[in-house]
Formats: sequence, C-alpha cells, structure tokens
Amino acid sequence: MFKNKRNALLFILSCFTLVFPIVGKALDRTDISGLASETAMERLRAIEEIAAIGDADALRLLENLQKSEVMVTDAGQIVLENEDWDVIDAITLEVLDPQPDMYDTVIVNNRMRSQLERAVGVLQLLSEDREIRLTSAKSLQDNLSPSLLSILNKALAQETDQEIIKILKESQSVILLDAADAQQRIDAVNYLNSSNERRIRELLAAKLEKNELGVYQEDSAEVRVAIESAVASIDRKLTFIDYFGRLFSGLSLGSILLLAAMGLAITYGLLGVINLAHGEMLMIGAYATYVTQQLFVAYLPNHFDFYVLAAIPMAFLCSAIIGVILERTVIRWLYGRPLETLLATWGISLFLIQLVRQIFGAQNVEVSNPNWLSGGVELWNVVMPFNRIAIIVFAVLVLVGIWLVISQTRLGLFIRSVTQNRSMAACVGVNTAKVDMLAFGLGSGIAGLAGVALSQIGNVGPDLGQAYIIDSFMVVVLGGVGQLAGTVYAALGLGAFSKLIEPGVGAVLTKIIILVFIIAVIQKRPQGLFALKGRFVED
Amino acid sequence: MNRKQFIKTVLGATIGLSAAFTLTTQAADTIKVGILHSLSGTMAISETALKNTALMTIEEINAKGGLLGKQLEPVVVDPASNWPLFAEKARQLITQDEVDVVFGCWTSVSRKSVLPVFEELNNLLFYPVQYEGEELSQNVFYTGAAPNQQAIPAVEYLMSEEGGAAKRWYLLGTDYVYPRTTNKILRAFLISKGVKESDIEEVYTPFGHSDYQTIVANIKKFSAGGKTAVVSTINGDSNVPFYKELGNAGLKATDVPVVAFSVGEEELRGIDTKPLLGHLAAWNYFMSVKGKQNKAFTKMYKVWAKKNGVPNLDTVVTNDPMEATYVGIKMWAQAVEQAGTTDVDAVRDAMGGQTFKSPSGFTLKMDETNHHLHKPVMIGEILPNGQFQVVWRTKGPIRAQPWSPFITGNESKQGL
Repeated sequence: MFKNKRNALLFILSCFTLVFPIVGKALDRTDISGLASETAMERLRAIEEIAAIGDADALRLLENLQKSEVMVTDAGQIVLENEDWDVIDAITLEVLDPQPDMYDTVIVNNRMRSQLERAVGVLQLLSEDREIRLTSAKSLQDNLSPSLLSILNKALAQETDQEIIKILKESQSVILLDAADAQQRIDAVNYLNSSNERRIRELLAAKLEKNELGVYQEDSAEVRVAIESAVASIDRKLTFIDYFGRLFSGLSLGSILLLAAMGLAITYGLLGVINLAHGEMLMIGAYATYVTQQLFVAYLPNHFDFYVLAAIPMAFLCSAIIGVILERTVIRWLYGRPLETLLATWGISLFLIQLVRQIFGAQNVEVSNPNWLSGGVELWNVVMPFNRIAIIVFAVLVLVGIWLVISQTRLGLFIRSVTQNRSMAACVGVNTAKVDMLAFGLGSGIAGLAGVALSQIGNVGPDLGQAYIIDSFMVVVLGGVGQLAGTVYAALGLGAFSKLIEPGVGAVLTKIIILVFIIAVIQKRPQGLFALKGRFVED
Repeated sequence: MNRKQFIKTVLGATIGLSAAFTLTTQAADTIKVGILHSLSGTMAISETALKNTALMTIEEINAKGGLLGKQLEPVVVDPASNWPLFAEKARQLITQDEVDVVFGCWTSVSRKSVLPVFEELNNLLFYPVQYEGEELSQNVFYTGAAPNQQAIPAVEYLMSEEGGAAKRWYLLGTDYVYPRTTNKILRAFLISKGVKESDIEEVYTPFGHSDYQTIVANIKKFSAGGKTAVVSTINGDSNVPFYKELGNAGLKATDVPVVAFSVGEEELRGIDTKPLLGHLAAWNYFMSVKGKQNKAFTKMYKVWAKKNGVPNLDTVVTNDPMEATYVGIKMWAQAVEQAGTTDVDAVRDAMGGQTFKSPSGFTLKMDETNHHLHKPVMIGEILPNGQFQVVWRTKGPIRAQPWSPFITGNESKQGL
C-alpha cells in the first residue's frame, strides 16, 4: 500500500497523533500550499500532513477537499467560498481582503479521493454519530493495512452498535491473517468463515497458494485446514447469492418486458391488429414523462421528486389519445386485412419517430431519476436498484389494473365478447366500433405507462420504441395470442431465462439463443405456449 | 377525403420530403462538400453534433470569403446508423451531388463500409473519430486518434501508481470491429506488461444494448480478485444505461475506475453525472481545456447553436470528435488554398505537413506520409457537472502508429 517508507511512517504517525493528540501541531501553523502543487505526489503529501494533525479543522478541510470545494488563488493561497460566495481562507475561515481576482479549484483525482476517504475514515472512526462511524468503518474496509490495527482495536473497545462491530471485527480479522501467532490467525479465519463476500474469499484463497519458491503463503498446516473450510463455506454462500442476483435481474427484465408487451397483448391479442407503431406508444409515454419533468422543473421545482407520479396519468392519456386518433383515422378502415395494417402501422411508426425528432431533436433527452428512485438496497451483497424494484411493483399494479378492467367492468365485458365473437356481440347490441376504439386506446395507454417505466432505466430518444417492439411481439407470440396470463408467463420466463444464461454465454449469444428458442416453440406450438382452449370462431 | 385522395397526398408529401433532403444540385460557382453523419438511429447521439460542427466551420470559411473565391456548399445526408446505407449515401454524394470532399462517419464499421466507394471513385474522406488503426487508405485522412494516441496511454495511466495501479482488466465493448481490434491490441499490450491471461476479461454487447445488470454484477465479482479497471469501448446510446446501472450499483471510481474511449461531453449530456465522479475518458481534447483557441471554438459553437436553434441549446457542449472535425475541415481548406484547386490528387499531396493551431491548445500537424494527425493525449476524470478535469497529458503531440506494434504481422509496417 505504501510506496516508500516515508509515507508509511507518516501514516503511522497520523494514527499515533489520533491516540495521543498532544503530539500534533495545529493546522494554522502548517503549510498547506502543497495542495495546489502541479505534481500529484506533492498534493498527496499535503493531504497526509493535514491528516496527521487530525483536529477538527483538519477534518473539515479534508471533507472540503472530498467535495472539491477547495480552491487556490493565483497567489497560491488555499481558499474556500462561504455561502455568500465570498472567498475565505481555508484554515482561518476569515474573509480575504482584498478578494482575489483569479482562483481555481484544486484538482482532486481518484488516487487523492481514495486517500482522502481513508484519512477521513480514520479520523471519524470514533465519532459520536453512528452514521458517520458506519461510513468510516466501511471506507476503511477497502484500505486495510497493519498500521490500522491499533485504531481498530480502540474503536472496537468503545463500539456498541452491532452492525459496525461486525464490519470492524471483519477488518480486524483480515489484518490478523498476517499475525505472527498461528492461534491468532486461526481465530481470524474462523471469524471470516461467516463472511459472504467474494473479496474475503479471494484473500483467503490466496493464502493457500504457493509462492515462487514453492512455499505456501500460509506456512502452518493447521491454519490451512481452517482456511480451506472457510473458503468452502463462503463459496456455498456465494453460489446462492449469485443465483439470487440472477433471479432478481431476471425478474426485473421480465417486468420490463411485461410492461412493454401488455399493451400489445390487448391490441394484438384481443383485437388482432398487428400494430407496428406500438413501440412508438412507449416512446410517446417516455416523452410525456420528459415533458412532465420539464414542467416540474419550471413550475414546481420544490416538488420535483414527485414528477414521476404525475407523469403516470400524463403518459397514459397522451398515448391513449394518440392511439384513439390512429384507430379512428387509419386502423379501423383496415380491420381484417393484416397485411395492409402491417404496412400502415409501420408507416405511422416512421411518421411518429420523425415527428418527435422534429419537435425534440434527434438527440436523446435527459430524464433523471427522482431521489427516491436513485441508489439501491443491498441484500446479501446483491444491490437491487430502487428504480428496478419500483418497476417490478409498477408492473404488478398495472397488471392488476388491466385484470380489473377486463374482468370487472362493462367495457371489459364488451371487449371479451367482441374478442370471442364479433358478429354475435354486434347482434346483441354491442357497439363494436366503439369497443374497438376504446380497447385500442386502452392498449396504447398501457404502452404509455410502460414508457414512464422505461424512461427511468434507459435512453429516451426517438428510437426508443424500436428497441422494444420486437421483444414485445416475441412475448405476445410466445405467450399465446389473446391471453393476458400467457403474456405474463412468457415475459417473466423470457426475462429469467435470458438472465440465467447471460453470465455464461454473453449478451450477444443470449439474444441469438432466445430467438432460436422462440422459433422452436412456435414450430411446435403455433398457437403459443398458453393458447386458449375451447371453441372459437376464427375470423 | 376519400382514400384515393389520401394516398395522393401522402405520396406527394413523401416525394416533397425526399426532395427537400437531397439538396438540389446546380450552381457551378460553389465548391460542394459532403457531410455524411447519422442523424437518426443509435449513433445519432454522437454524430448529430459533428454535422453541426461541420456546418458551422463551413459557414465560418464562407464568411471569410470562401475558398479560391468560391463559396462552400454543404450537402447533408442521413445514413441513419445503417452501415450499408453509408456506402449508398457516399456513392450518391460523389456521383450525383459531385462533392469534392466528404466529412463523415463515426463507427469503424461505417468507415469500412464506405471505404471501397471512396477508393473506386477516387474521392477524399475526412474521418474525425478515434479508431482501432489497421488501415491506411490513399483516400482517407484520419483526424481522430490511432490506438497509440488514446487507448495505450490510457491503460498505461491506469497501470501507474498515479492512476490507481490496476492489476486486473475488464475490457467491455460493443460488438463490432473497433472494440474487438482495440481490445486485441490492449490484450497484447497488457500481456507484454506482464498481466496474466486470467486477469483479463473481454465482454461484448450488441449495438443498442440496454440491460447492463448482469455485466455490472460481473464487474463487481471480477474486481474482488484485485484492483480492477474497466476499459469501455461501448459506443452510442448504450452508454446511458451502462452508466446509470453503474451509478445505481454503487460502483465508485475509487474502487473500480472505468475509462471510456467513446464517451465525451456530448454522451454525458443525457445522464445524471453525480454518481460518475472520477470515472475517466481518454481523448485528445476536452471542452474544459484552457486557452484562447478553445475559448474561441466553444464560443463559436454556442453562438452557432443558438442561431440555428439546436435542441437543448442551453446545455450544448463541444467534444473531441467535434474538434477533430473542425481541424479536418480547416486543414482541408488550407490544402485547397495551397494547391489552388479542389482536385483530389492535388489536395492529397498538399495535405501532408499541413499544420493548424487547434482548440486543444497544441499545433497539430498532418503527418507527411501516414495520413494521421500528430495529437496530444489527455486523460480526464468526470466532474459532477458532466465536464472533464484533465488529470494527465502528454508534453506535446505524438505521432500516430496506425499499424499497432502489438498486433503480429505489423512489424514490417512500423515505418509508415
């Protein structure tokens, strides 16, 4: 970790100063101009010197550096800005007089950032605030060195929080893997046995290897036995975690496919319209989300985090209205003529793409995640991003909504009756033209809802729909035409299947395998996997 | 309106539209210049800005009186991220529109597609993007970087103490010729530096891939085995879902730095860059470069964007391929002035040795023999505002090696 002895010494010194603060000198007597040096080594050394002082002022300055708030004037003075944009001295915090004309941010690169993380971690390990202690314990995990042992011991002696104790003990054990006493090493290995992290596994496994001289890294046979059993135990947990991770991404991909395909299941499955402009309904939904976001930025900046919720009805309405207009103007003239519908809807799709390109430009637009959809939750070392969890929940809600509409409402009853026997439904007084229009609007609106979801995970651009139209058709055809339940099974099945095989064969081959699989299924079961049974009148 | 009328109107509109796209060809007192960039499809995110830069530069030249006393007339076509269409459109530009030079292409696959056309019809293509090398055509001038002007220095930086001393390498790219060749070169280079085969992982995704969950999880897994760096040659708008996933998975640049060769200021416009702090890109120019030339260049583009109503114009940025486009057109104009004609052979002879003070602050020279620019190399880290901060750069421009010494069979071509 330390390139030369001097750095190591300085670092040990910094740890000592923490334990015996009397030794340290105050920040205001230190020269910190090295922070603005041209060479990175000088800057690193300056950070070490500040960390070595270790008082509250030093900590504050390091945190300023982490946030890239520290600047340097053309005279070489290290400064900050206060809330009124006045330039203040970085140590004394006094407003400079006169204010400098030129100043520039001090460059902080990745290497300095990790050094800052470690330095701040050491300084804050004994903080009052639990959250700060937790972050600093985590940040030290990646930067372990024997010199940290004393501070870890000290922190462990004081710590009461179980989660932090666990992290600290693990760090302590990792350091003790190199202890001189074999019993200490065995204890450390036995503690790490309970870990479920790949990092720890690799560390342990490395001990079992021989070096160039043919000597084991770990010389005691007894310790090696302990390590072997620990590695095996971690491996078992890792396999489980691995499949759990794949299952989650499969579920996430499945829910996205489901959202994209549900609208199509209605227009294609129930009405029999091959709607190649379905993808563009997704795109319109995504752009509706973008417009809502811009409106929130302009008029309701304080409630920005809720724009996604407002975008849901917006997107539904936009896509539904455009769907209804399409149905009234073009598609209703083409019922029962699949080839013409195919060509006409393809033309419409090109038209809509170009229209959006004229209005919003060919470039993708930025739809940012609201705060509550950024980041993720970690379970067994698998990070589950909030936006993906939200999409899974959203897909379930939309599915339930559609099911309610189809099975519980009068419109749903009409849609079902028209699907099953159009002429008979017309005979008993169902206005089939109106039902067609509403069903098409419903299908398009649902596609709009999917657009809201897609805008949170990928690109929003004029070509958004093109990427999903093929996947949507695959899901609907595989699931069986005219069947919502089939669509659900097919979407989840395809999602899980592709994510299960992707780590093994790669993304490119996965796509090919999926297509071959679908062709095989269609050969065997032209009606799809879950075709409706019973007597039906064919058009 | 009955159906017949409807069809007539649609037909009429279609013909009208297509006529508007292929600008009409008259006026012999202008010099025609072709612009061949995708304005739609997966590459539009990157290439639209290059078309804008080309138009801006042509306007600048025209405002100063044009070339050889004639005005330049741009002919813009849209090959729509469709590689065979690139060849068709190139042929159309050269034979129907009779342009004297073409500025265009981004992906190597599109360049490979148009190359036979340019060689057959003996015309000039100026290619403004970093690429994998392994090519040298009489009819192409390469104003982007060759591997030794971008990929190799970037990897060397990440290997250095300063760059984080990476030991394991995850080479991630879109599945086509540029990433595959670059990774072949990098693999050979890494192995020559003593990296083990087992410490290199090569992964490809299709164009327009949007689900990076598995890959990001695999990167995390891979990085448990030692300090890892990711070298990304992902092209086009797939970068947005990739970086979004990276941010959500909490993979920070201090743990696993990602260095990208096709991500610049323009590509970052569609992303929230706060979680990407510290990830890197290697280029020969960044918008954040200080200096008079760059100030003038960025200002000129902003003014042009405003005048022409570029969408989202309050956030327009400049990037490396835009700079390369600008340099290419200006150098071509200098060569035409020097040759006194737009004749392809005369201009080609005049191009060698041309110099130009570029927005990067360095004076770039077109090599006398190998059709590549001498360029400085810069490595930048992403800042929260979507700009790059240069953390490393070469002292001066370096000469391109289009035939990488790390690919076997190139030994005899090192003199080029």
